[in-house]
Amino acid sequence: MNNIFVICEVDEGKIADVSLELMTKGRSLASQLKCKLEALVIGHKLNGVENELYTYGADKVWVADDARLEFYTTLPYTSIAVKLFQEEKPQIALLGATTYGRDLGPRVSSALISGLTADCTSLEIGGHEDKKENKNYKDLLYQIRPAFGGNIVATIINPDNRPQMATVREGVMKKEIFDANHKGELVKLDVAKYTSATDFVVKIIDRHMEKSKVNIKNASIIIAGGYGVGSKENFNMLYDLAHLIGAEVGASRAAVDAGYAGHERQIGQTGVTVRPKLYIACGISGQIQHIAGMQESAMIISINNDPAAPINSIADYVITGNLEDVIPKMVKYYKKNSK
Amino acid sequence: MKGLKIIVLAKQVPDTRNVGKDAMKADGTVNRAALPAIFNPEDLNALEQALRLKDKFPGSTVTLLTMGPGRAAEIIREGLYRGADNGYLLTDRAFAGADTLATSYAISCAIRKIKDFDIIIAGRQAIDGDTAQVGPQVAEKLGIPQVTYAEDVLELKNKSVVIKRRLERGVETVECPMPCVITVNGSAPDCRPRNAKAVMKYKHSRTQTERQEASEDYINLVNERPYLNIAEWSVNDIESDINQLGLSGSPTKVKKIENVVFQAKEAKVISADDNGIDELMKELITNHTLG
Repeated sequence: MNNIFVICEVDEGKIADVSLELMTKGRSLASQLKCKLEALVIGHKLNGVENELYTYGADKVWVADDARLEFYTTLPYTSIAVKLFQEEKPQIALLGATTYGRDLGPRVSSALISGLTADCTSLEIGGHEDKKENKNYKDLLYQIRPAFGGNIVATIINPDNRPQMATVREGVMKKEIFDANHKGELVKLDVAKYTSATDFVVKIIDRHMEKSKVNIKNASIIIAGGYGVGSKENFNMLYDLAHLIGAEVGASRAAVDAGYAGHERQIGQTGVTVRPKLYIACGISGQIQHIAGMQESAMIISINNDPAAPINSIADYVITGNLEDVIPKMVKYYKKNSK
Repeated sequence: MKGLKIIVLAKQVPDTRNVGKDAMKADGTVNRAALPAIFNPEDLNALEQALRLKDKFPGSTVTLLTMGPGRAAEIIREGLYRGADNGYLLTDRAFAGADTLATSYAISCAIRKIKDFDIIIAGRQAIDGDTAQVGPQVAEKLGIPQVTYAEDVLELKNKSVVIKRRLERGVETVECPMPCVITVNGSAPDCRPRNAKAVMKYKHSRTQTERQEASEDYINLVNERPYLNIAEWSVNDIESDINQLGLSGSPTKVKKIENVVFQAKEAKVISADDNGIDELMKELITNHTLG
């Protein structure tokens, strides 16, 4: 009772990376709180899915397996999570901030009247003193996230309602096997008991999934463009350099909003979090929203015509100048001097 | 088929995408008053989907519902200019400080009061919070299904809507019975511009509060043309449990707000001329960062 739950998403028969990242985080929070870590997996053909979760530290794995649950739909998944949480009363429940988690999380939290914080960039445990009510709280989940377009960082708590729920984007937490020999307990849920026929009113008519062509998450070098790049055409400079040095092109939210680059390239709190060995920021001012998604890059080069751009303060190298001048120079040198 | 009754949920938000230097106060906090207030971008995508349904099914009505301070009436007028039929402003101090759950509760109470609806359409998320929670939570409070990340409302079949959803790695088409909540992605078509006739028709539309200082002539005009009245609802106009509203109805509390201060590193400054760039590139190639 009062354990930590991770609602695990299944992607082509496997537990999604974002869920394993949350298991890793959940494991360390559970150890700190001296409680158990449990996983809830909903889907179809889930035989053996628990084994991988054990190695990530799951003490108990709850599985709801039914042909009607093969693809995610809101209502039956909600019913299962809500009913299980009412019985098990977790203190914390974590979900990936994916289209799945951001559809399911609010529905579950509304049904349980529990708080939910979206897109957390950090989760910590700490106390809280409510001076007005003269109450002291121990061991709350600090849900930390940038807000207001990334100009502030807020720490959110849910003092009284349980579970304390949070979503986290893929790539924000690190994924690490806890113990290859760790074993837990498997519990298979009777889906008929946890859902009702009316939960299955929404029908999936068609699904077209494709492997993502853009893979900025795993790129070792990223050239990212911001609003300062100026146009979609100017982004071609970045693609040229990227092609030459084997990099992937990323973009800030401002550049994506302006239509310079596609959503799949967005780096930052509301995009992808990356940790490449080299990050070249081109015309990116560096709102926290963006920084949150790239600050762990091993080396950061900032090219910006504003010497006071905030991103310069976390860069290893700062080049103050116009992209139109600097990037062709980089291309020229590389062409001449690499094998 | 008879016309649809569509409710569009919209929010007036500070334009966080254009936070200029003057938007920060001397103490480093955000000066919200200095930011322009705009119609939340994805709520405009939602409005467009509603207007397309209205075009396809004559006799349909599009009703805007927003919660916020008095000045949020601006976005109702904006919606009327673009083709909506009427609007409600939910405004009261009792709603202040609400998190997404308390907001959803207040909005769902207002929708219960409006009562007659087939589809509720909202933007996926608002740019000031980026939570994407209010749409699904309103659906849960009303006990109806939801379809999030919608890009296109394709057709109506019997008493269901067929909707194309944009997911991380592809598209999904779902059929959902009405009534339901749909939240619309920014990748959906942009909202149509203002319509000159609608601007002429609604430019004098006002809420009750906005009318307080109005001249007698204007009051007479509104009596003659009731569509100029933007309905303004306070907590007394909806049936609700006061404990579920505003700050007290919010399970989440803000413990701490920090302004963003970066931990400055010692950056090496490279000159933008040939020598500077050549030196940098040479270093990157030598230490195998490149190549």
